Amino acid sequence: MARLVLSGDTGALARSLSLIIDESGEADVLIRSFFPKSGSAQKIGICGPPGAGKSTLTGRLVALYRKAGLKVGVLAVDPSSPISGGAFLGDRLRIQDHATDSGVFIRSLATRGMVGGVSHTIFGAIHALEAWGCDRIVVETVGTGQDEVVIARVADTVVYVTTPTMGDEIQAMKAGVMEVADLFVVNKADLSGAHKAISDLKTALGLGREAGCGGWQTPVLGISALSGQGLPELLAGLDEHARHLRDSGEGRERLKRQYREEVSLYVSRRVYQDALSQMDSHLDELVDHKSDPPSVAARMLRGGAN
Amino acid sequence: MVGNPRRPLRVLIAKPGLDGHDRGAKVIVRALRDAGFEVIYTGIRQTPDMIAATALQEDVDAVGLSLLSGAHMTLFPQIVEGLRRRGLGSVLVFGGGIIPDEDVPRLQAAGVDRVFGPGTPLRSIAEYLKEKLASKTVAR
Ligand SMILES: Nc1nc2c(ncn2[C@@H]2O[C@H](COP(=O)(O)OP(=O)(O)OP(=O)(O)O)[C@@H](O)[C@H]2O)c(=O)[nH]1
Ligand SMILES: [Mg+2]
Repeated sequence: MARLVLSGDTGALARSLSLIIDESGEADVLIRSFFPKSGSAQKIGICGPPGAGKSTLTGRLVALYRKAGLKVGVLAVDPSSPISGGAFLGDRLRIQDHATDSGVFIRSLATRGMVGGVSHTIFGAIHALEAWGCDRIVVETVGTGQDEVVIARVADTVVYVTTPTMGDEIQAMKAGVMEVADLFVVNKADLSGAHKAISDLKTALGLGREAGCGGWQTPVLGISALSGQGLPELLAGLDEHARHLRDSGEGRERLKRQYREEVSLYVSRRVYQDALSQMDSHLDELVDHKSDPPSVAARMLRGGAN
Repeated sequence: MVGNPRRPLRVLIAKPGLDGHDRGAKVIVRALRDAGFEVIYTGIRQTPDMIAATALQEDVDAVGLSLLSGAHMTLFPQIVEGLRRRGLGSVLVFGGGIIPDEDVPRLQAAGVDRVFGPGTPLRSIAEYLKEKLASKTVAR
């Protein structure tokens, strides 16, 4: 199946993604075959508050990249309900124009209880999309506090989307977000207040960091994902950032950061899963004071390490 | 790697045809989410090709079609056919909306497993899916 994916087969990609995301036994073998292509696509993370227009913007970017003849993958992440475990995956609604385009592959993902929607499986999904031949991969994530920072560990280029009506939110924006975003977008610039939002953001950025890190000046762009206004400038900014990553060596650093995250998530998941699967058998010992928590933990870790 | 003992079931809820009302579809989406399904919703006016291509990319276990406009006799079979063409013959297809009783046998013959009338309690749709798809929750 890996060979089919590498030859561009869409059905094989769809099945592979499921095997990876469901943590099936075949996932490791697939990822091993996909990995030679890792690092070949620009991975663009799109984050921001709910309703900011992330999916609408993603649809626009897909259209522009397609016009340029590029193959595009989209991973749209939405939260799973902590109560039912179910999820409403609605991002596709705004990207659906591209549903039948054979150069676009869109997969909706539920967070399934993973912190910030990021687990080692999302890295695996990216490997699969790169193996299928994507030139660009857009990852849209739920935009609450912690998550916006987490996406930076997955993406090469992070776009933070906000809107004029979220002025207060800009004021209160956490330092983490300011540092992590490579491009800021004030979407819905067709609504009033966009100029003020842009200048507020620029001021906040100016205060936040001196002359950017590694020579990258974080741009603040006003766009309307609805009308398409400002989209060419955003596209140019994204390409420019890709060039910056390539020329400055920062791209290599980011790849390292991504692999570090992927491997450590994999290790912690596995150690955790293996160790905790033995938990129940130890609880009686603890209640009866036949052992103590540190000793039980040490034994569980030894058991899980092999 | 330890396999996931149980994964959530994935369902695509799609509205083919030209009618612009999707309140009913959204109610089903919410009910299925609350029953533990991962539900993909793609909005109104979906062509049979869009629905089949989406089912493929999202690798869903079932496709639910909601239609009020009366074009179910042509659209539903086209969608089933589109799924089969993509190797998705095992994906469960069910339908709902305003569909006359006398059309149901022909839809079933065309590959629509079940048709739910307007008064169907939402819980029974979730139960139907869980029962039909029970063998799939175990890791693939
Ligand atoms: N006026 C205006 N509305 C927009 C613009 N972009 C998106 N919208 C609208 O904003 C709403 C939310 O858009 P989405 O693209 O779904 O936003 P999102 O950030 O993906 O939302 P979540 O995924 O739910 O967090 C929709 O009704 C869009 O039509 C824009 O540029 N101008
Ligand atoms: Mg969205």
